[in-house]
Amino acid sequence: MSLLLESLFNGAAIGSVLLIAALGLAIVFGLMGVINLAHGELMMLGAYTTYVVQSFFKLPLLEPLFGAYIFVAVAVAFLVGGLVGLLLERSVIRRLYGRPLETLLATWGVSLILQQFVRTVPLAWSTGLWLAAMVGLVGPLVMNRLWGPGQRPWLLRLGNWVVAVAVGVATAGWIRGAMPKLARASARNVDVTAPRWLRGGLDLGDWTLPIPRLMIIGLTILAVLAVYWFLNRSLWGLRIRAVTQNRAMSDCLGIPTQTVDALTFAVGSGLAGVAGVAVSLLGSVGPNVGGDYIVGCFMVVVLGGVGNLWGAVVASAGIGVLTDVIGAGRLLEIWPQMPAWLQQGVEFFATTSMARVLIFALIVLVLQVRPAGLFPQRGRMAEV
Amino acid sequence: MADTRPRWQPVLLGVVGLALVVALPSLVSPFRLNLLGRYLSLAIVALGIDLIWGYTGLLSLGQGIFFALGGYGAAMYLQLNCHSCSRAAGGLPEFFGLYGVQQLPWFWEPFHSPWFTLVAIWLVPAVVAGLLGFLVFRNRIKGVYFSILTQAALLVFFNFFNGQQKLINGTNGLKTDLTRLLGQMVGSDAMQRNLFWLTALLALLAWLLCRQLVRGRFGHALLAIRDDEARLRCLGYNPTPFKTMVFALAGGLAGISGALYTVQSGIVSPQFMAAPFSIEMVIWVAVGGRGTLWGAMAGALVINMAKSLVSEAWPQTWLFIQGGLFLLVVTTLQGGVVGWWQEGGPRQLLARLGRRPRLSTYPALELGTRQEGEN
Repeated sequence: MSLLLESLFNGAAIGSVLLIAALGLAIVFGLMGVINLAHGELMMLGAYTTYVVQSFFKLPLLEPLFGAYIFVAVAVAFLVGGLVGLLLERSVIRRLYGRPLETLLATWGVSLILQQFVRTVPLAWSTGLWLAAMVGLVGPLVMNRLWGPGQRPWLLRLGNWVVAVAVGVATAGWIRGAMPKLARASARNVDVTAPRWLRGGLDLGDWTLPIPRLMIIGLTILAVLAVYWFLNRSLWGLRIRAVTQNRAMSDCLGIPTQTVDALTFAVGSGLAGVAGVAVSLLGSVGPNVGGDYIVGCFMVVVLGGVGNLWGAVVASAGIGVLTDVIGAGRLLEIWPQMPAWLQQGVEFFATTSMARVLIFALIVLVLQVRPAGLFPQRGRMAEV
Repeated sequence: MADTRPRWQPVLLGVVGLALVVALPSLVSPFRLNLLGRYLSLAIVALGIDLIWGYTGLLSLGQGIFFALGGYGAAMYLQLNCHSCSRAAGGLPEFFGLYGVQQLPWFWEPFHSPWFTLVAIWLVPAVVAGLLGFLVFRNRIKGVYFSILTQAALLVFFNFFNGQQKLINGTNGLKTDLTRLLGQMVGSDAMQRNLFWLTALLALLAWLLCRQLVRGRFGHALLAIRDDEARLRCLGYNPTPFKTMVFALAGGLAGISGALYTVQSGIVSPQFMAAPFSIEMVIWVAVGGRGTLWGAMAGALVINMAKSLVSEAWPQTWLFIQGGLFLLVVTTLQGGVVGWWQEGGPRQLLARLGRRPRLSTYPALELGTRQEGEN
């Protein structure tokens, strides 16, 4: 019994990382049909964001609140991912709708640029850049709120960006002085210090649950619920679903489809940023951290059925439990008297990398039976 | 209207190319020649990608699998026949001793034979590609799903080769340069020069083969699959065998390419199956010009040369340039450089810059053709 529970917990732990990483992809790929190979790099940016936020909370002023920085990091990482996603959609993806293979190549190019960006640009300047972009983009919204919607005179618009750039440069300069670790770029990995309450484990009699894993499971559940609420209960979610079902008709009914596209992509990218926070709790953060997750994410989405949130949940849970069962050789513990040839086979696959090999083979087999994933879309929306 | 002009251009190009290949070893340093030979072998894998992507519309992100399989085939033969290398107990290649392996794994046995190896380096990748392709295409998995699955397959092979120290030396790979082949060390300058010529010859043969294929009925079927698969199916063709065959063919080409690359770089390792390398292969084809065999080969050569030159001078910038190339090709230069040239790109560029194109005929004649077109 405890074996079963342990396997389930480990499976849930592995699966929840997969799921939170795949959630943004499920939106971007499932609803928009866009293959975003830069998704892993957006996660990487989220992980670096955690590192920067943590550095801020090590300053004397914020030190007492260090335990809570992780929640700030989640919010900021969402904004970082969302902003980069927004720029990406406006500049590149928008030209490539309906040409998925080209999108795939373009986003791969973006991922290379992002990787090299974090290697060459110091985090201080990246933070400044992000802040400048945020101020510059939020400025017009504030003006709309103050004086009603409409086009502002060019002087005001220019002034907005001048202020934004000034804020960015000032912040970057201040960070260079206050946090010397962020002042220089390096290709080396950095380590995020978890707050004290996130370290260690939860004692449950004969076996302990690692708290970071619990935290990630909780974060994933929250993220899934939030996405569900956003897509099915909010006004913009309704618009997104409408555009997915019938773009031309939605356009006729006055839904701003281009805004919807940008918003969908930004939300998906923001979720990648949140996933980056989760990833930063599991190991050190480096420019290549995203590449480890991207293929697994796509497997979850394809196996679950494209455009299906619950499919992704089931698929990631299944992959997680199977990874644990195969990778830790649990069959041997359950059934010690198995025949020798079978035992050899189980031992052969009882490593993380060999478990991946077997799971991929299983996924291809499942796709032989159900080519459109476990939970395919039905009806008019389903593509032939 | 049939073209009746004498076709001297291709002949001239061929003669110049041949002279260049023969003369090159005495013109450049052995180091550069070795690099050039490697890039020429990469041009062969680019040909395969052009066949499946440029002509058939299947974007494979997993050509590294077949490339590495060919490389491992060649390296296994060279390891087994390395008489000057130090040996583990029982005459096994040295690395087996490190992991306490006493008996040669069964799949190593046939690689004692040079003839088996010469067949295996293209047949094994082709069969693996055919099997994988059949399983995928049978279910009409296509488009981006195909790309994702090939990338996942790549990851699986990478993990397998990376993790199996006892079978193929895991992440360290197999070295090839210390073996004597036909009386010479594989790593020696003289042997590398011969390998350069061999690579050039094989690249030419591969190009001729592909050209023959795409010009015939087979090539037309491939184009039909790319442009409208549903219509082809309605016309009574089954696209699956065509796709499987062309994927297997591309796999075989990748295997040959990988074997040539391995003997010229002196080592094969699981890094050949790293995901970025396989996607890089696609960008060579994309920049050179998909759908033109020429473009694919030239793209592989030029981009790799640019990569080594740029990386030597400014190591930080290459990834930016490469990423920029991806973006440029998909947003503005969809036919690649060759496609851009063929569609009259240079003339358009001049026109955009305000230089009117020089007319090669009388304006009146141009007018005449236009009127003809309107009628």
